[in-house]
Amino acid sequence: MKIRRMGESFLAHRSRQVVNLERRAFLGKSLSVGALALLSGCELTDDESVQKLLMRMSGWNDDVQHWLFSSSRLAPEFPESRITRPFPFNAYYAEEEVIDVDGGQYKLELGGMIKERKPWTLPELYALPQVSQVTRHICVEGWSAIGKWSGVRFSDFLQRIGADTTAKYVGFQCLDDYSTSIDMATALHPQTLLAFKYADQILPPKYGFPMKLRIPTKLGFKNPKHIGTIFVSNNYPGGYWEDKGYNWFSGS
Amino acid sequence: MAQEVVKVHPLVVRIAHWLNVLAVLIMITSGWRIYDASPLFESFYIPDSITLGGWLAGALQWHFAAMWLFVLNGVVYVTYGLLSGHFRRKLLPIRPGAVLRDVLAAFRGKLAHDDLSVYNAAQRAAYLALVLLLIVLVLTGLVLWKPVQFYWYGRFIGDYEGARLLHFFAMAGVALIVVVHVAMVILVPRTFPSMITGRVRRAS
Repeated sequence: MKIRRMGESFLAHRSRQVVNLERRAFLGKSLSVGALALLSGCELTDDESVQKLLMRMSGWNDDVQHWLFSSSRLAPEFPESRITRPFPFNAYYAEEEVIDVDGGQYKLELGGMIKERKPWTLPELYALPQVSQVTRHICVEGWSAIGKWSGVRFSDFLQRIGADTTAKYVGFQCLDDYSTSIDMATALHPQTLLAFKYADQILPPKYGFPMKLRIPTKLGFKNPKHIGTIFVSNNYPGGYWEDKGYNWFSGS
Repeated sequence: MAQEVVKVHPLVVRIAHWLNVLAVLIMITSGWRIYDASPLFESFYIPDSITLGGWLAGALQWHFAAMWLFVLNGVVYVTYGLLSGHFRRKLLPIRPGAVLRDVLAAFRGKLAHDDLSVYNAAQRAAYLALVLLLIVLVLTGLVLWKPVQFYWYGRFIGDYEGARLLHFFAMAGVALIVVVHVAMVILVPRTFPSMITGRVRRAS
């Protein structure tokens, strides 16, 4: 099957931890892989050597985007009057399937190259100093929408937990079996927020309760919702869509 | 009647032309697939059968791979065209009156093609418009690809959503010019080998 083959080129780079996490997501994944296989009619793209070349170009584009990225260049911020209402829901599943996380039981798990790995409860997280932003969310599909998110600066949080910020990757395993990973430079960007609120309200389930990573310098699918575990690593962690062929860096 | 062989297309232009054919074909067909993932105009879709990539991620891979061929080839062509005087010699001057006259003549089937080494006014306008539209596609494409990194000029063309519209209409312009161009080559078939060999025979 096409989709599995795309993922194989990444397989070698995956850490053991992520492989284990992915195993859990396999059931849900295989369903959507079936759906995607139906959609892919292009035989040329399926050809193994063509696929290899395209993936190599995608890797080259990761490098170029890393080089283009500037931690001082900010995503434009907008007045609240520009906010898109209603803000669209988007996930790899339908809105009816949004998971209900029990906030009282919730704990954010930390792993990998982090000094203080004690799990965080929601009240502890909410007590951290927060900032807000009104920025444009751009979906890989092409549409965009402006929204308001509030939360703790991710760079502050990484510092607080003693994350090794010289590491290459920050990975996210989500409670809805989604996963993604980002480069450290973007993780430390001043507009990258560990967001707890949308439009001044605690994030509703459809926008990722209890928290999402809001990255206005990356495409929407690089903004994980319902985050369960954050880990720091030098091993390429991939991600749900990335393993299926979407460009990994996907910066704006 | 004696015939004389004339050189009409320099080697650089011929190579750039065919590389551009390949690059633009990939860019447009994969771009159509990307467009279909979230159409700008609600009921306007491009049929899957004429798109490239199989699905959105595949189309994006093609688009962002072929863009390097497209841009590098374009830079070589434009640099050559400007520095060698090729653009000035072949595409200028363009007088609106002459363009209109030649377009009308073409519709009546009376546009003369006796000397293929000289472009008529309609050709000059179309080729120059094509080059400009392709440059617009690169500039708007960069804003779509990296709206934050290129916001410094993206802001002047309506940011991401403005660039999206411009990118679409520039594509439509290119598609139109390509259709007319191919139709004209079919009508005047001896122009085709000249873009490969670089030469035509001219009655003297």
